[in-house]
Amino acid sequence: MRPVGLVLEHLWTWYRRNWRATVVSSVLMPLMFLGAMGFGLGSRITPGPATHYLPYVVYLAPAMLVALAVQVATGESSFPVLGSFKWDMRYFAITSTPVSVDQLLTAQALWVALRILVSGLAYLAVAALFGAFTNAGALLGVPVAMLAGMAFGSWVLALAASVNDEGVTFGNVFRFVVVPMTLFAGTYYPISQLPAWSRPLAWVTPLWHGNELARAVEFGGMDGLTALGHVGYLLVLTAGGLLVARHRFHVRLKV
Amino acid sequence: MSGVPANVGPVSDDAVLVQADGLVKRFGDFEAVRGVDVKVHRGEAFGFLGPNGAGKSSTMRMIACTSPRTAGELRVLGLDPDRHGPEIRGRLGVVPQQDNLDNELTVRQNLQVYGRYFGLSRKQVRARATELLEFAQLSDRADDQVEPLSGGMKRRLTIARSLVNEPELLLLDEPTTGLDPQARHLLWDKLFRLKQQGVTLIVTTHYMDEAEQLCDRLVVMDNGRIVAEGSPAALIAEHSSREVLELRFPIDQQQPNVPLVQDLADRVEVLPDRLLLYATDGESVLAAANGRGVRPTSSLVRRATLEDVFLRLTGRTLVD
Repeated sequence: MRPVGLVLEHLWTWYRRNWRATVVSSVLMPLMFLGAMGFGLGSRITPGPATHYLPYVVYLAPAMLVALAVQVATGESSFPVLGSFKWDMRYFAITSTPVSVDQLLTAQALWVALRILVSGLAYLAVAALFGAFTNAGALLGVPVAMLAGMAFGSWVLALAASVNDEGVTFGNVFRFVVVPMTLFAGTYYPISQLPAWSRPLAWVTPLWHGNELARAVEFGGMDGLTALGHVGYLLVLTAGGLLVARHRFHVRLKV
Repeated sequence: MSGVPANVGPVSDDAVLVQADGLVKRFGDFEAVRGVDVKVHRGEAFGFLGPNGAGKSSTMRMIACTSPRTAGELRVLGLDPDRHGPEIRGRLGVVPQQDNLDNELTVRQNLQVYGRYFGLSRKQVRARATELLEFAQLSDRADDQVEPLSGGMKRRLTIARSLVNEPELLLLDEPTTGLDPQARHLLWDKLFRLKQQGVTLIVTTHYMDEAEQLCDRLVVMDNGRIVAEGSPAALIAEHSSREVLELRFPIDQQQPNVPLVQDLADRVEVLPDRLLLYATDGESVLAAANGRGVRPTSSLVRRATLEDVFLRLTGRTLVD
């Protein structure tokens, strides 16, 4: 697995020069939302059954972590991946070395997961300083967020390996998938507030499963079987996305 | 020039580095390479000459072990690319048609990051990068980002990067396409040095002058097939006369003059803007044509080139 490590080293070399630009979208944005919605708007919200009887900001904080994960996963799996095929064609350079296509994809997917991990921890630390997290269980929200992020990001990886436009597709993914998902899949309020017919739409999103799990690890109140179901669904989604991505990477790189 | 390539292993000089028999590459219904046979020996500079779309790059990618063959036999460094891809790629240098540098890294980082993929330690890649920067005349830009470099500099960096693992075989896909004449000559100079150090080169090009300058032996490709093979001189001797007389006429005036000169030359080619008359002695043909009242706007006698060979074999010019 040494080649996988070398690809990660390569991506790290790039990141070391360019990390500043990513901090805004991956850490500051979720913190701003937490501030505005959690502390600001949340100050007018009376804790009740919908918020597990918790202050609104505490209810919101773990879900923002999952939203961050999906955001970072989408960002890292879209333009940089398309660019590596199309613009600077970095992937073609890498696969001309002893590195195989599978090793390259493994490293790229791991990189996305690592980016979620680092951004998630940074967000968690700052949000905790402001009292948005109440107990150490919140730390378990990070692996949950990574899983939910990869369950979506792996499909974006597959998409990025398939499209050949200038990024229009990704704009649409953000507009018509990521944003609606963040608004309607249980980040800001439980989906029981949605009309019954629309709830299945939330159920299929990785974000909803991530939100349920991330709140459960901090606040409790979920039985083991339900938790297993959520984890299982996210794992299947991740594996499916990676398999499609693998096929698309092979098609595109072995021409 | 210390330390740059020539990793000549304990193999005899006539070792075959690349052997292809009936090599085929298909993309869906389209057959890009239709049964190519080539043999490249150690120390040789071997060329694939042909127009765009002839199948040169597809052949190169199969040799580079990045594109699986559809059919036929292929051995690179004596190994089967299907089974030993990573091992072979570790001993090759590849310069693709389009530069695929990391534009957002520095010149030096490009060399170092790439060297790591070939198993070099951090210390080794640092030393190697310094040598290669010197070789590519990029030392003073070492810590600049790649993006704003000129096309010629990026090309030199791509070539330098391909040498980071001291390859036994260097594959260059259209190394100088798109470069200005000065940059091309600088690159040719670099490639000559490598050749002198014993690095085996395989070059694709659609420039005859490049093929004549660099290649000991070449194949002419057209439509996925090899249409001729030999040294540049042998190909010219075999497929063309020694000299060529070019006669330029005003638009659409060349055709009426064909019957007047037809019997003066071994062969006459009609191009959109001129006639090419193939003969051993161009000057005497010109005198004879003038004697028959042929009045071109200009005339030129030159030695035959690979372009003429290509025109003869395919009925088309190379770069159009």
